[in-house]
Amino acid sequence: MTNVLEVEDLAIGYDSHIAVDKISFDVQEGDVLGIVGPNGAGKTTLFRAILGLQKYSGKIKLFGLEDSKYHSLIPLIGYVPQKVIFEPNFPATVYDVVSMGILPNKKLVKGIKILQQCGCCWNQFYSDLGNNSKKVMASLKTVGIESLKNRRIGELSGGELQRVFIAKSLVKDPLLLILDEPVTSVDVESQNKFYELIKKINQENQITIVWSSHDLDAISKYASRVACMNKKLFFHGDKEDFFTNKDLLKTYTESSMQMHMHDHDMH
Amino acid sequence: MILEVLSYGFVQKALIAGVAVAIICSFMGAFLVLRRYALFGDGIAHVSFGGVAVGLFLGVFPVWTAYVLAILGGIGLQKIRQSTKISGDAAVAVVLVTGLSLGVILVSSTGGFSIDLFSFLFGSILLISNEDTMIILTISAGIIAALVALQKQFLQITFNEEHAKISGIHVTLLNYAFVILAAVTVVTSMRLVGILLISALVVIPNISAMMFGKGFKQTVGISMLISVFSVVSGILLSYYYNIAPSGIIVMVAVAVLVGIILARSAGLISKINIKKQSDITHNS
Repeated sequence: MTNVLEVEDLAIGYDSHIAVDKISFDVQEGDVLGIVGPNGAGKTTLFRAILGLQKYSGKIKLFGLEDSKYHSLIPLIGYVPQKVIFEPNFPATVYDVVSMGILPNKKLVKGIKILQQCGCCWNQFYSDLGNNSKKVMASLKTVGIESLKNRRIGELSGGELQRVFIAKSLVKDPLLLILDEPVTSVDVESQNKFYELIKKINQENQITIVWSSHDLDAISKYASRVACMNKKLFFHGDKEDFFTNKDLLKTYTESSMQMHMHDHDMH
Repeated sequence: MILEVLSYGFVQKALIAGVAVAIICSFMGAFLVLRRYALFGDGIAHVSFGGVAVGLFLGVFPVWTAYVLAILGGIGLQKIRQSTKISGDAAVAVVLVTGLSLGVILVSSTGGFSIDLFSFLFGSILLISNEDTMIILTISAGIIAALVALQKQFLQITFNEEHAKISGIHVTLLNYAFVILAAVTVVTSMRLVGILLISALVVIPNISAMMFGKGFKQTVGISMLISVFSVVSGILLSYYYNIAPSGIIVMVAVAVLVGIILARSAGLISKINIKKQSDITHNS
């Protein structure tokens, strides 16, 4: 199995505060890695470091590549953050927003060349580099929102909007899809549809996914591997090993409860 | 009667330059309004007042010094926003009063306001020369070409800066290019409506268009139509009634905005049901 992502001794701090404390893990091709951890565990900070938005110490490799080659590949990562903040009055249709995910051919060709040099064959999807309209429609179809393509973005519900941003990430046929607590404020029906969508994207589109969530039931059902962190990494491995380890589950549940109580007190 | 008015050379020049300015203000204004930089135009216009005063003080063509100071003001504004925690509107206020103060100092040291300065403050589109018209047309063409070339990148940055960064867009560099283009747009447009009213042309047609335009291109197109209509009808009305064109151009644009609001309330234009930001973000 090829390692899509490797994180080695990654540490991130703000002033005297440690957000991520020397964690190491890998993501293999075809994985759905579920990252669990309480609020403030450093999951979003970890994702921001992977996406080049956050300074860090340690190493991050994509397909074994690091430094400048790795940075050239960041645009090929799909990302759906937990908060998508935009001007509600923004005059853009769903089609327009998904189109924004398309990378210029120059960046794609550069990425493909780098990957070919390291023996990866990710370019199999790019026989038709120029047909952007076809790519957008295929993405909208994958997430089931073709009928919304001419709707203005500010008119959509939370669940619909979440699908738009997933479509925006898929339109570039990402090397890796990162989803940061994407169902936090979505109703239960939309959550279930979303989990089925993750499964479909992983199996049919063969996209490797890293997904953070508080929903252990969903992780147990849809993830193939699990990483558990609270600044430090407590566990990384097959989900069966995580869910059969009662001590680990107890520690996770207690630390989540403590964080929840702390948040509650703060408010 | 209209044909007679259109036969005058000064009206023809005013209309040609006015339409060019209407188009660039709408195009640039769409990005400024969506970035919540609506008062950027006002801030830069006041800096260009300082630039005009520098030109008059030094005996140089004031438009050129206005361009230089407006560009420096735009870059300064961007620098303040990037390297400090000062909010956008407060940064605009800092740049605005700096430019205005410079203008006041230079104007008072040269003996007070001149007719030239008044023409920059309140616009003088009916008095522009052939040379002015050519400058406005050439610079407008350059601004439109730059905006068309960078439209996709600017749109992505305007929609969400972090997403744009992840997509490999050089956000910092393009933000500087953006404020320079905006500063050039403001100075090019000040001959039409003057320093004091320039932000109206940047903001009002875009607010009107955003009420019913769906996609970005459609919205910018509608905004341009409203802007061109306001400028052309404003220039013609100012000729008939002998009123300053700048005031009437802005009042026509305001009338269109009020008309659209009333038509929406009466159900004549379909409403776009914009959800509150709290409904559409995922809070953890």
